[in-house]
Amino acid sequence: MIVVNTETIPGYAIREVKGLVQGNTIRAKHLGRDFVANLKNLVGGELKGYTELLIEARRQALERMLAQAEQLGGNAVVNVRFTTSTITQGAAELYAYGTAVVAEPEG
Amino acid sequence: MGLQFWIQILPFVVLIILGFSIGGFVERAHSRQLKVREEAVRDVMVTDLRTFPVGCETASIGLVTGEVVIASDYFKTFAAGLRKMIGGDLRTYETLMERARREALVRMMESAKAMGANHVANVRLASSNIGSGGAGGRRSHRAAMVEVYAYGTAVFVPSTNRASS
Repeated sequence: MIVVNTETIPGYAIREVKGLVQGNTIRAKHLGRDFVANLKNLVGGELKGYTELLIEARRQALERMLAQAEQLGGNAVVNVRFTTSTITQGAAELYAYGTAVVAEPEG
Repeated sequence: MGLQFWIQILPFVVLIILGFSIGGFVERAHSRQLKVREEAVRDVMVTDLRTFPVGCETASIGLVTGEVVIASDYFKTFAAGLRKMIGGDLRTYETLMERARREALVRMMESAKAMGANHVANVRLASSNIGSGGAGGRRSHRAAMVEVYAYGTAVFVPSTNRASS
């Protein structure tokens, strides 16, 4: 499946628009990571545990979106957008959305 | 104003010195490392245009992302806290966000390079506050914790078409 965040796919023509597809996931950090993060707040720098957590969560949201696109019979998702929001203290929602389309190579 | 006062204020002073020295060291080390990595991915062109350069190859198209969660140190948090009272630029946080954005962009460019692309179009940058501090701690003392992420569409542009784009 082709995934892009532009409205068009270079070299492909969009034959059919299947509609909006979306995927989300809400993740909470766990205690061990919170503890390390608290220490890190004293000296600054990257919070690697959280970065990994969010990368994994965003991938899952994307996969859910792709599963929906497949269900609709699309072979590509265009104009993908990501958003993150804090739901409650210590839990983040990752949300991915885009438009499922049927794309064919041009020429 | 006796010994008791100094005992009460000591942990606070220690934390600020710790934050200033180690935090400063971490920041300088990160900046140096970023410079080297930015140099390594210089051949990857990044634009936020929605169009692609002419003649890009259609076989290798894909979404690339780069993300980082970054925290401020105790000194930065304290300095920003003071600044908030009188208003103005929170200079300590500005450098923090600048480093986080650069890091997210470099990671995105690195993953574009890893998949054999040399051009990233329609790049979007976003950031979100992911709940300051962990459990416990007073709200006013909690350090900033920010997630910055960058994403775009990676393609490969043959060098013969590079100049014309």
